[in-house]
Amino acid sequence: MTVQAFGSKVRRRVPAPGSRGIAARLRPFAVVVLVALVMGVPLWLVVVTAGKSQGEALSPDLSLPSRWQLWDNLAQVWQQGEVPAAFFGSLLVVAPSVALVLTLGSMASWVLARRTTRLNAVLYALAISGIVLPPAVVTIVLLLRQLGLAGSAVGMIGVYAGIYMSTVIFFVTGFVRTVPLSLEEAARMDGAGPVRVFVSVILPLLRPVLATATILICLYVWNDVFYAFFVVGGRLDTLPLNLFQVANAGLYLNNWHLIFAYIILMSLPLLVVFAVAQRKIISGITGGAVK
Amino acid sequence: MPTGQETLTLPVARRRTPAAAARRQNHPMWFLIPAFAILFVFFFLPTVFNFIYAFTDWSSFKSDIRPVGFDNFSYLLSDGTMFSALRITVIYAALVALFQNLFGFGLAVLLEKDTWLNRAARLIFVIPVLMSALAVGYVFQALLKPDGSLNDLLSALTGQQVSIAWLGSTTWTLVLAAVIHAWKWMGLSMLIYLAGLKTIPEDVTEAARIDGASGWQAFWSVRFPLLAPAVTFNVATSLLGSMNGFDIVQALTGGGPARSTEILNIFIYRTFGQGLFAQATTMSLVLFLMVALLAFPVIRILRKREEIL
Repeated sequence: MTVQAFGSKVRRRVPAPGSRGIAARLRPFAVVVLVALVMGVPLWLVVVTAGKSQGEALSPDLSLPSRWQLWDNLAQVWQQGEVPAAFFGSLLVVAPSVALVLTLGSMASWVLARRTTRLNAVLYALAISGIVLPPAVVTIVLLLRQLGLAGSAVGMIGVYAGIYMSTVIFFVTGFVRTVPLSLEEAARMDGAGPVRVFVSVILPLLRPVLATATILICLYVWNDVFYAFFVVGGRLDTLPLNLFQVANAGLYLNNWHLIFAYIILMSLPLLVVFAVAQRKIISGITGGAVK
Repeated sequence: MPTGQETLTLPVARRRTPAAAARRQNHPMWFLIPAFAILFVFFFLPTVFNFIYAFTDWSSFKSDIRPVGFDNFSYLLSDGTMFSALRITVIYAALVALFQNLFGFGLAVLLEKDTWLNRAARLIFVIPVLMSALAVGYVFQALLKPDGSLNDLLSALTGQQVSIAWLGSTTWTLVLAAVIHAWKWMGLSMLIYLAGLKTIPEDVTEAARIDGASGWQAFWSVRFPLLAPAVTFNVATSLLGSMNGFDIVQALTGGGPARSTEILNIFIYRTFGQGLFAQATTMSLVLFLMVALLAFPVIRILRKREEIL
């Protein structure tokens, strides 16, 4: 079922006369005030502080900077905070983990959704257990050392794939169940083997749910600092790890303007992606979760 | 839609017995192997290790690892750390689940109509979801300082000098951290509640109206119960997700004041950083057991929901 949270052409019919009282007319004002207070204040704080000089930003407040130097601050963070390396590190980890978890996860989901034996029910339960159960962050470090993957991007990718495989399998299996089997049968009649059926019939149909899963997992992995600290901490830089370390190390102590400039730099890629594809993303997230 | 699916699956069910062999070829089990290999190595195996290394003296100070029985547990229990971290984590998770769902639900109801203003507001409320939790923690740390912006705003509003140390209370800081966690994720809850509201057919509400229900009644006794799947999903993810929280609290308070916001993952992070690997593992095992205990009922609910839909 597709859910159109945004841009829906179906308008609710006007409710019975009388119910459209003061409350309904005040609603737009309430929305504006709420957005301004709850979202506007923190986001404003980030932007104005990131535009200030160190002296003005010592105690961050909502006043405008006497002279905007947002660009200088961003440039300074870019150099001091080793942003290019961290950005590359983040990309190096995010792209392969997402690709891996989506490909392998949807392969498994297809079979788990189609075969309804008792063994498969058990396997499915095992496969989605990771949605709720927390990963063993400490012993993962030991295991990676034994495998010779400690501190490497490969180890980190494996860990992310292991953590988020359950989420993908949960989402995709639910979706495959709604895909009619007759579509596969038609391809099989034409002599296609299972790999061919999966690649040319099932995968294209999975596009909406895969889009949702991509967004969610990109979000989690791009912003993760906890697992990255245990697995690659100190040896490979990712953006959040870098923010965490510099904010803790004292390099940025009392340098709120630099911290906030870093936050802007780090959030920008996701915000741009979101701004470009917001309609798809939102209908994907909502359609995937409550179907 | 149940009726549509029945007609789709009926012929297949009838054909199943003769074609069982063909089915096996059509959906080969080896498709499961890569995903399960990754799950096994990077998820199940470390979890099993948790049960082993929690009973050893593994640390960065010794070269060999020896079993020590329940020493880690008794140390953490006698020290009071385990109990307090557990309590703090559970309270934190419960508060996050409560606030996140209240906020998300409220926003969904407020922004339900598709006006341009509501659409823009929804977009703005999703921005924190995209931001890193660490960043959110730093932003609120700056906002809530005794000489920070919130106190400035309150001073301007009341006309008096307000200087509350928002993050200084050993009781309320945890609540504030939960509110901030909820603030970050309420946009996602809102989207899911909105999706739930949109799937409720118009005629259901209309029928209630015709039967003489007021707007209020129609909402709470007809539409709200139909939101059950969205509630299940949101409560489960917010509750179990925040048990695993780390970034926001670490950036906001670092576990202080007086360790009153030290949730389990902060303890694990700190202990690991000190080289006390076995102790960190013990706490990780405790977290695992606690979540597993809570998760079983939740998984059952999620499964039931899948069966219905």
